[in-house]
Amino acid sequence: MTAIEGSADTSKVASSLAHRLWVTAVWTLVGLFIVNLIGMIATVITSSFASRWLQAWLPSGFTTKWYFSAWNEFQLDDVLLVTFQVVFAVVLLSGLFGVPAAYAMARREFPGKKFVMLLFLLPMLVPPITYGIPLATVLYKSGLGGTMAGVILANLVPTVPFVILIMIPFIEQIDPKIEAAARVFGAGTFRLFTMILLPLLLPGMLAALLLVLVRTIAMFELTFLVAGPTSQTLVVALYYAVFAAGVRAVQSIDAMAVIYMAVTVIWLVIALRYVNPAQIVTRGNQATAH
Amino acid sequence: MTAASTRDDRIPLRMRLSARGLDAVTLLVLPAVGLMVGLFVYPFLYGFWLSFHPKDGLSVVGNYLRFFSEPRLYETIAKTLWIALPVTAINLLAAIPVAFRVRLMRRQRLLTTLLVLPITLGTVLVAEGLLNYLGPQGWLNRTLLLFGLISSPVKLVHNYWGVFLSLVITGFPFTFLLTLSYVTGIDPTLERAAATLGARAASRFRHIFLPLLIPGLAITFCLSFVQAFSVFPSAILLGAPAGPTRVISIAAYEAAFEEYDYSLASAIAMIMAAVQLAIVGLILASRGLFYRGPASGGKG
Repeated sequence: MTAIEGSADTSKVASSLAHRLWVTAVWTLVGLFIVNLIGMIATVITSSFASRWLQAWLPSGFTTKWYFSAWNEFQLDDVLLVTFQVVFAVVLLSGLFGVPAAYAMARREFPGKKFVMLLFLLPMLVPPITYGIPLATVLYKSGLGGTMAGVILANLVPTVPFVILIMIPFIEQIDPKIEAAARVFGAGTFRLFTMILLPLLLPGMLAALLLVLVRTIAMFELTFLVAGPTSQTLVVALYYAVFAAGVRAVQSIDAMAVIYMAVTVIWLVIALRYVNPAQIVTRGNQATAH
Repeated sequence: MTAASTRDDRIPLRMRLSARGLDAVTLLVLPAVGLMVGLFVYPFLYGFWLSFHPKDGLSVVGNYLRFFSEPRLYETIAKTLWIALPVTAINLLAAIPVAFRVRLMRRQRLLTTLLVLPITLGTVLVAEGLLNYLGPQGWLNRTLLLFGLISSPVKLVHNYWGVFLSLVITGFPFTFLLTLSYVTGIDPTLERAAATLGARAASRFRHIFLPLLIPGLAITFCLSFVQAFSVFPSAILLGAPAGPTRVISIAAYEAAFEEYDYSLASAIAMIMAAVQLAIVGLILASRGLFYRGPASGGKG
């Protein structure tokens, strides 16, 4: 940046100044976004510990009592239990459905493969609320609406394709010669799977399933449309609490929001050890770019 | 099948099938396909069929006639577009310069992690947080008052701007991370070559990056738009769900779960899908007017 010192070229100086202004403007934009983001999250956390917070920058005192009242008022032990049951069932089932399908898609060329690929891409491109309403209708007509099974089934619609799309490139980079060699040495399908494929696939599966876990905790629309009173997950319970604001103390709702954030962020931090944050957004959509 | 197997019975059926790529491994795809057909394709087709069988049973297209004759219903399309299109455009326009800066950073991880936070926390939490933060006593209004930028608190919740800002908070990181992946996918040697030949930053962007980026940006716009168009929880919690932010998903939800008219709800969902498809189709079709080719450069 100091290369212009000796230069008498004023246009060069001007363009360098414009460049610096531009860079500053871009970083200011990013800074403002992050400050507001942190401000938003900090507001929730501060409010959840506030004994009273009216017309001031900071609360008049701090307390943890809202966590206990939120826990009782919103029956969070039940809600958390349901949330984890739903999330782990979704993770397990999306792995069971998704990984074998991804293996077939990565290893074989078969007639209609493009059509099958489209079938897996569409649920990721159509927003949940669009297909969620017909799906909820079908689930309610078949008696699954309002049950935990219905919630799990609805959540599988975006997660199974998600696992497949993450796993396909991962499986493609494993050399098929390794499997062929195992066959030559007499490994049956079961041994091939447990001793060769599973260890090789484990890192990819871990990443995919952790992302499914984080996404399912935060999946609002589908769960909201399908869940009944006993099959609400944390995010849906949070929605109802905010929706009925005024019935409960604001701090109580904020305490629940902090619990929700903690649950999500713990798993996000674990997931980020295995995946690049950009993957959370882009991996599923990469395949569409071609 | 029997006629075919008698014709060339020297080669077993199994081998002929596997020559076409159909063997036991291929069958592994079937459970997932079945699941998708059962939980995605069938409900969609059922919803399509149901939308032509109105509750009152008078006319086949009764639901659609009703939608386009009642202002409460048809106005939701314009209201949704009025939120979704500006938000998507702003997010994308802001994401491009930021992505170009971040591309040069060596340690992007902290920034991307921070940006992934609002996406993973989800729209409900963002709506809940913004309700306090943007409120008349919230920190944003207090800060603006402190610096004398405003003389009285600005109303930012329970109106259009609340929904708008919540879509910026969740939508910008999504748009940015997608854009970043496209920007980093462009071979940096192409830019260096242009710089060597004397092109300034602006003309490098105009003549090198922009043509290569257009296809990716079109897809980013579509994906971001579709997300913004289906805005739901924040339109209720942060917006004015009876007024200017009565978006189409609220209309569909009310039809299904307040009026219990699944037929009308399905019709609205179909209209919603059609509008999204129309916009996405329009964007992707106009993409064809621009350069399409490898962004990696160099020799084969």
